[in-house]
Amino acid sequence: MRIEPRAEQRIMRVALAGLAALTIAVLFFIIGFILKNGLPHVNLAFLIGTPERMGKEGGILPMIVGTFYLVLVAVAIATPLGVGSAIFLHEYAKEGWLVRVVRFGIDCLAGIPSIIFGLFGFVLFVITLGFGWSILSGGLTLAFMILPTIIRTSEEAIKAVPGAYRQVSKSLGAGKWQTIQRVVLPNAFPGILTGIILGIGRSVGETACVIFTAGSSLQMPASVFAPTRSMAVHFYILAREGISMEKAFATAAVLILLILAINLSAYYFMHRFIARLR
Amino acid sequence: MRERIIERALFFTALSATFVLFLIAFFIFQQGVPLIVKVGVGRFLFGLKWAPASSVFGVFSFLVGSFFVTAGALVIAVPFGLGCAIFLAEFSPKALSRVLKPVIELLAGIPSVVYGFVGVIVLTPLIREYLGGPGLSVLAAAIILSIMVLPTIISISYDAISAVPHSYREGSLALGATRWQTVTGVVLRAARSGIIASLILGMGRAVGETMAVIMVAGNAIKLPGSILDPTRTLTSNIALEMAYATGQHRQALFATGVLLFVIIMIINSAAYLLIKKDE
Repeated sequence: MRIEPRAEQRIMRVALAGLAALTIAVLFFIIGFILKNGLPHVNLAFLIGTPERMGKEGGILPMIVGTFYLVLVAVAIATPLGVGSAIFLHEYAKEGWLVRVVRFGIDCLAGIPSIIFGLFGFVLFVITLGFGWSILSGGLTLAFMILPTIIRTSEEAIKAVPGAYRQVSKSLGAGKWQTIQRVVLPNAFPGILTGIILGIGRSVGETACVIFTAGSSLQMPASVFAPTRSMAVHFYILAREGISMEKAFATAAVLILLILAINLSAYYFMHRFIARLR
Repeated sequence: MRERIIERALFFTALSATFVLFLIAFFIFQQGVPLIVKVGVGRFLFGLKWAPASSVFGVFSFLVGSFFVTAGALVIAVPFGLGCAIFLAEFSPKALSRVLKPVIELLAGIPSVVYGFVGVIVLTPLIREYLGGPGLSVLAAAIILSIMVLPTIISISYDAISAVPHSYREGSLALGATRWQTVTGVVLRAARSGIIASLILGMGRAVGETMAVIMVAGNAIKLPGSILDPTRTLTSNIALEMAYATGQHRQALFATGVLLFVIIMIINSAAYLLIKKDE
């Protein structure tokens, strides 16, 4: 039996819409479930309190501060490397085997799982270089993990700056670097910022590579050489060791809201960037 | 002169990512390979027994665990992911897809521990109650992973489908084909390598995922007899034991890392070649 093509199309259209609706419903369910169970336990005391009895009671201030420092170190290191790579790849590089190797390296690094970064950061930073479990070790490891994201987004942003801008600058007598510094980078800035923000979002949610490099100390970190426990790691330990479901849900709710806010702001800058270049 | 120095400096920053990749390979291999050599490649890869206390290191059951969990995730994620991508690119009103695509990409940012947590609380009790077994299982891990790789698959296949030139569709529609016939006969064929690349990248993400899998897979060191049995993957083996491993045991975890690294590099290279072929 052959189905009439128009009927077949109608059936498939409904089936596809159903699949899409179900997919999106599942994703929304996860966020809704965490927020519904977590938000009632989030209050000011939780956000600015210190954890007591291994996190069974009290708040998460040291984890918020630790997460902030980890992200700061990661971004401070990954941004110059990433933006520099992107400038070189788009403004200077001539296509050849070396550039192909560099691009392959960036793509591969983007696919390396977080647990491998964790092993690597542990041997290099914690053991070999002697930084111990610390914000420095964790931040450096995260920096390498978000490097490909920042390179790709920055290159797209630099690519989107019209060639005419560069020609005008050069015709006025500016050198190549002057043109990049004064014309290309300011115009590409919102796009580059999008990449940095996406990198921040990824760092905040990371667990596997942070737990082996930054440790899981409950203390307020005193310096970059002190160990810390990020919010994601804290949530993992609370849930996995069954310390407190209530606090686990509350930590997860804070984490999810933070990441959604970070990623939404990335979209905001992306849109401003696209609108400006049009 | 100044221009030359700047160009040099930028060149070195551009090498950073490749250099880091090299460093990662170097340190993981330096720590792990000696143990693989000592145990013997065959005994390490195909050994069924993992007993760090008596220095027996065989990773076969973790290899099988990773394989089943990843395959299961793809079996579930492919129809949903492709269906969603085709719907958004070809059938939904433009305004709807313009809202939904960023929303789906936003969801890719949910941390993996959150997926694992929801899996433990919501999914594993359902499996235990309705299908039997302990709940923490290959099936639970596959379902959670399939949800986690959906944004990757949807986003990249959507881009591949959207990149198919409009003239292809118009040609097919002008010949009297319906939209659906155009999609299956023309669009999907033209977007094939991009779609396959999205599945391979999703597979890479599933193989490498750690925290969510630890929380829902049960982590037993044995070959799973059915999809309702618990299992332990390569990644979970590293993360579970790294906290207390020392000496040879730690080396064995890096050896597990070597295996994982090699698998991931093969997957990445395949996706890279497919995407380059398209350009």
